[in-house]
Amino acid sequence: MDLFEYQGKELLRKFEVPVPEGRVATNPDEARAAAEGLGGKVVVKAQVQVGGRGKAGGIKLASNPDEASSAAEQILGMDIKGHVVKRVLIERAGIIESEYYLSFLLDRSERDVLGMMSAKGGIDIEEVAETDPDAIARVHIPPLLGISDFHARELVFGAGIDAAARKEAIAIIPPLYRAFVESDASLIEVNPLVLMDTGRVVALDAKVTLDDSADYRHPYFSELKSAHEVPEQERLAKEKGLNFIKLQGDVGIIGNGAGLVMSTLDVVKAAGGDSANFLDVGGGAGAELLSNALEIITSDKAVKAVLVNIFGGITRCDLVAEGIIDAFGRLDMKVPVVVRLDGTNAEQGRKMLADAPDELLIAEKTMLGAAEKAVALAHRGTD
Amino acid sequence: MAILIGRDTRLVVQGLTGREGSFHAKRNQEYGTDLVAGVTPGKGGSDVSGTPVFDTVERAVSETGANAALVFVPPRFAADAILEAHDAGIEVIIAVTEGVPALDMARAVAHVRGSGNGVYLIGPNCPGVISPGLANVGIIPGEICSEGPVGLVSRSGTLTYQIVHELTQKGVGQSTCVGIGGDPIPGSNFIDILTLFEDDQDTELVVVVGEIGGDAEERAAEWSKANMTKPIVAYVAGLTAPEGKRMGHAGAIVSGSKGTAKAKIEALEGAGIRVGRNPTEVAEIVAEIKG
Repeated sequence: MDLFEYQGKELLRKFEVPVPEGRVATNPDEARAAAEGLGGKVVVKAQVQVGGRGKAGGIKLASNPDEASSAAEQILGMDIKGHVVKRVLIERAGIIESEYYLSFLLDRSERDVLGMMSAKGGIDIEEVAETDPDAIARVHIPPLLGISDFHARELVFGAGIDAAARKEAIAIIPPLYRAFVESDASLIEVNPLVLMDTGRVVALDAKVTLDDSADYRHPYFSELKSAHEVPEQERLAKEKGLNFIKLQGDVGIIGNGAGLVMSTLDVVKAAGGDSANFLDVGGGAGAELLSNALEIITSDKAVKAVLVNIFGGITRCDLVAEGIIDAFGRLDMKVPVVVRLDGTNAEQGRKMLADAPDELLIAEKTMLGAAEKAVALAHRGTD
Repeated sequence: MAILIGRDTRLVVQGLTGREGSFHAKRNQEYGTDLVAGVTPGKGGSDVSGTPVFDTVERAVSETGANAALVFVPPRFAADAILEAHDAGIEVIIAVTEGVPALDMARAVAHVRGSGNGVYLIGPNCPGVISPGLANVGIIPGEICSEGPVGLVSRSGTLTYQIVHELTQKGVGQSTCVGIGGDPIPGSNFIDILTLFEDDQDTELVVVVGEIGGDAEERAAEWSKANMTKPIVAYVAGLTAPEGKRMGHAGAIVSGSKGTAKAKIEALEGAGIRVGRNPTEVAEIVAEIKG
């Protein structure tokens, strides 16, 4: 789960990482009140989970409460790369001397936690990595020992942080690592970390991603999640235990296993089509789950044909067939459903489908054949 | 010979008394795997269809000589189960469990690898390992495999089945198929397994099945160029995956310019590795090289 900036900063504050004083507002009046409380000069920042909000006009400076109110009015409701702004964060403004970059993330290759710091802050770190890789200091933290002060010094001296900011920057790093580990984060990125004219070093932004697998030991995660809006179809799918992502095409996809579903999207594209979604029923899916999956997919009016691609391991193809037949009986099916079954009990499943003839139910023997058929059917009538 | 598991494998299943544990242990046993023990704390002294159950792995090892463990316990107990198996002297630990917190795995992997005793940890969130005709540990359907000279290593379960199935249909058998899983912190990565295949006399060619996210494929490509004498054929799923969307696996996400299927395919091809555009083409290329 990706946190909003204001949520990420609340989390950092708990671990005593300094962040600017701020309040969340959902309307211009709240923004005005927040600015009054903060003493006038503030920054109004759109709360969206996508980069580039500054360029899109989602960050505005306000020198008094009236300006804060009108800035909030402009920003709230703004569409930034498909994300509608529902909240703004009002923060006390200050004078910034320097901007740095600091992050911790899971390193898949070294299988540990990687700390990165750079004196080049406030810009896209991937760009820095490409144009000036030596400007980024990297330190691997051993998972069993955790962080030591020397790791912090290696980052700060390695990145060439200004002498005036060194002491506080070094002091921020161990608590930031503790925030990472104790919250089960997979990413905490502070970009920029700033040196203020007061000499304080502060996290001016916070991008935090939490590990969903660790939800169970962080009861407050569910509170954080309640601020997130999930599209209706995705929410429904999740409730039914399906892994669903909406895409832009017209071929509905149902498969088992993330890799096979991704591969299915690829072969649909290669066949000249575009997938309407990613839907993984997982391992060991039963009839009811399949039936629900078909219902969710076909509730999308953009879907012109459905491709069911199952390779049974734990999943039994006879149960898959049962679920498909159930959906055909239960729903007013209007689009063709192309089914390819292989693996555990595939023959039995294929026979069940053959015995339940419906002109919209089409069986195909291979994955490629099924993809071509589904694409052809989706395009029928539009060509 | 094969790698990781074979005729010498003596298997203990952690979580044998659970629904999935007992179901798959039985299938592994029917395949010919030597299932010697199960472990469920508090159920020591009982048995599951004749297989003795112990309270601890340490006990199971000392009583039965188990040398491989299959971890089928729920996510919040999985890292603990892995550490227990390791410290009890198990040589190959295969963790099927999905949804283990990544930092639990970072610690478990650091302990297992840091101990320097050569223990292999496969997974978590993986389908397991099968050496066709010898042993099957995990949930890969044995029926789709056949004996032969092709090694396979994959980040995805069902995609492995698809490719193995197509190989078998073309008459190309496998030495060992290894599912390393789709998690961000895997016990073993492509290079760990490729190293074993390179040294295995029963393996003549290796199929590498990757997907979006991370840079494991790129690293494997670079490593292979310098260290592999055996040919590799690869596949990468997720060419059409959009940026910023996690495609099912915790590790499968394209972030920024990194982790795309296109970059991985370019890296693999740059290292002289042939990459199939779909699972069928992978099997065709393998058959062509073997033919």
